[in-house]
Amino acid sequence: MTAQKQGMNRMAEPLVRFEGVRKAYGAAASGYAVQRLDLDVEKGELLTLLGPSGSGKTTTLMLLAGFEMPSEGRILLGGRDIARLPPHKRGIGVVFQSYALFPHMSVAENVAFSLEVRGVPKPERARRVERALSMVRLETFGERRPAQLSGGQQQRIALARAMVFEPPIVLLDEPLGALDKALREEMQYEIRSLHQRLGLTMMYVTHDQQEALTLSDRIAVFEGGRIRQLAPPRRLYEQPENAFVAGFVGENNRLPGTVRSHPEGEGRDRAIRVMLDGGTEVLARPVDAGAPGSRCVVAVRPERVAVAAILASEMGEDALSARLAEVIFQGDHVRLRLSLGDGAEVVAKRPVGGGMMPEPGTLVSVAWDPAHAHAFAAGG
Amino acid sequence: MSPDPALPRIPARLAGAEPGGAPPPAPPPAPPSAPPPVAARARPAPRPGRILLWTFGLLAILFLLAPVLAVLPLSFSAGSFLHYPLPGLSLRWYADFWNSDFWLPALWNSLRVGAGAALLAGALGTLAAFGLWRGRFRGQAVVMAVLLAPMVVPAIIVAVALLLFFGPLGLTNSFTGLILGHAALGAPFVVVTVLAALQQFDPVQLRAAAACGASPLRAFWRVCLPQIMPGVAAGAVFAFATSLDEVAVALFIAGPAQRTLPRQMFSGLNDSISLTIMAAAMVLVLISGLLLLAVTLLRRAR
Ligand SMILES: Nc1ncnc2c1ncn2[C@@H]1O[C@H](COP(=O)(O)OP(=O)(O)O)[C@@H](O)[C@H]1O
Ligand SMILES: [Mg+2]
Repeated sequence: MTAQKQGMNRMAEPLVRFEGVRKAYGAAASGYAVQRLDLDVEKGELLTLLGPSGSGKTTTLMLLAGFEMPSEGRILLGGRDIARLPPHKRGIGVVFQSYALFPHMSVAENVAFSLEVRGVPKPERARRVERALSMVRLETFGERRPAQLSGGQQQRIALARAMVFEPPIVLLDEPLGALDKALREEMQYEIRSLHQRLGLTMMYVTHDQQEALTLSDRIAVFEGGRIRQLAPPRRLYEQPENAFVAGFVGENNRLPGTVRSHPEGEGRDRAIRVMLDGGTEVLARPVDAGAPGSRCVVAVRPERVAVAAILASEMGEDALSARLAEVIFQGDHVRLRLSLGDGAEVVAKRPVGGGMMPEPGTLVSVAWDPAHAHAFAAGG
Repeated sequence: MSPDPALPRIPARLAGAEPGGAPPPAPPPAPPSAPPPVAARARPAPRPGRILLWTFGLLAILFLLAPVLAVLPLSFSAGSFLHYPLPGLSLRWYADFWNSDFWLPALWNSLRVGAGAALLAGALGTLAAFGLWRGRFRGQAVVMAVLLAPMVVPAIIVAVALLLFFGPLGLTNSFTGLILGHAALGAPFVVVTVLAALQQFDPVQLRAAAACGASPLRAFWRVCLPQIMPGVAAGAVFAFATSLDEVAVALFIAGPAQRTLPRQMFSGLNDSISLTIMAAAMVLVLISGLLLLAVTLLRRAR
């Protein structure tokens, strides 16, 4: 569905386009909150801005909503430069982290507000409010005050309020940040399903990588006011383009080493040899690792690490020998903590009931498919 | 009634946060805003601290009210002299007040001027407070100081200034002039109560309103104002009360047609002391009491 949607829209012009946008709060000398942003949001997609706190996600959203002005660059909505348009004339729906419902109005009045402002006649207003409330499954709550609702319900009302006037795009700034884990997961599916059923374009901000992977058609990973990678969740997870993305999205084993060879092979088989600091030479897919002799980091996902209760020498030339330090039960999987000879440590994940488990303390061998080992320049 | 409301605190960033700006005048010392704590019912023997607190509180109230309480019964005197014991009880001075060409028009004038001043101060004070709360600009503390100045500058100085300023504009001897003057005196109370109300208001709601398509004006009217209304109303009541007992400006600005109740009492004292003035005082106290009750109810509604 995702690939299809993007295929359909590749030709059309993007709904939103950031062109060389920079933003400094106060004097430029004190630094840019957004360094240089070139970003297209396609019609109908759910694009997530993911990044640590302070990386410029909210700023980007507020620039589009019109609550902040770019210091440089242009922002186009449907091909039109919206620099001079005040927020209330942009027609963009926004869901705020604090909900920001109007406490003196009933739930129905909250949702109806944008329609009232647009002069929609009363009967139609009531119809559309009812439809919006039923979309978030709160149709019987119209008469209540926001304060009489739970956090999750308030969040859904905020969603209904942002969608009811059928904006071309809805912006959501960490909308689930204040909810507990179970409710957050339920709401993620609800937002995803709303997005798919209504074909809504959404721009979603979160610092939770799991949430981003669950929800998004595409994810833009932010760091220090820049986009470090923009890709669909699967690609982002399996082919991170730099060490920051590899470290921020999902879990990774990071093994320092030195590049030993130029890349060999083509496409999926392209690989370099890396001498790990422990003394073993391994193959890895070069991402932005430097020339032979330069320092690098090999990143391997725990679920890609194979563990066998045989000696490394019997397993193959790329296998490392390790001592099983600890087995941690985590419900749906177990984690194996493995000490390499030089003090480095590798974590492996295994499904529960996945065959015999070696005893802690035994010598085992550790290996992985070089296609899932990524070599990054060190310090990136 | 002297309107010394339990003033809500002025936000720190406004109260002289600006370096180099003129220090804003401190609001007049406010009496402790909390009512004396109600002693817990279940407790058999209240602690000594509590007894002390109550004693002190009651003494303070007595000190404030004693003069009023001592004088007001004279308005019910059947005699015509300012002394105790009363020769008998009667309502003759109230009847006199009600039928007098000297007092009754003054009462209406007071109410008209008070209402006009309260409305004007309420509207302008609310806008000023909203601007100070919303904006970030140089000289904010100075603006704040100027707005609150009438609260601390002696009334006589304001009165002289207004007389000199209004004279050439033809605003002396007019209701307009008197209402403008009293509105200036009452506006600081509105600024303070509205700023306090705004502290409870989440500014993100204004962004939410804009995202719903509401212009700034509409967002203020439909989203902000309804939520700060108790503060606006309380401020307007204080402004009304300020106007009601104001003498200095009334003496300087009001012509014969605009004489207010306090101003008549002032001249009534000079001429001959008739006990009708006690009835007039009672009327003022009554109105003030009602205003105080209104403010209390507004507080509770919040
Ligand atoms: N109103 C503001 N004034 C000054 N600096 C700000 C303001 N808002 C954000 N910043 C700064 O801009 C940077 C990016 O902030 P933000 O966009 O809120 O990040 P994020 O949403 O990714 O956590 C941060 O360093 C933050 O301190
Ligand atoms: Mg943020």
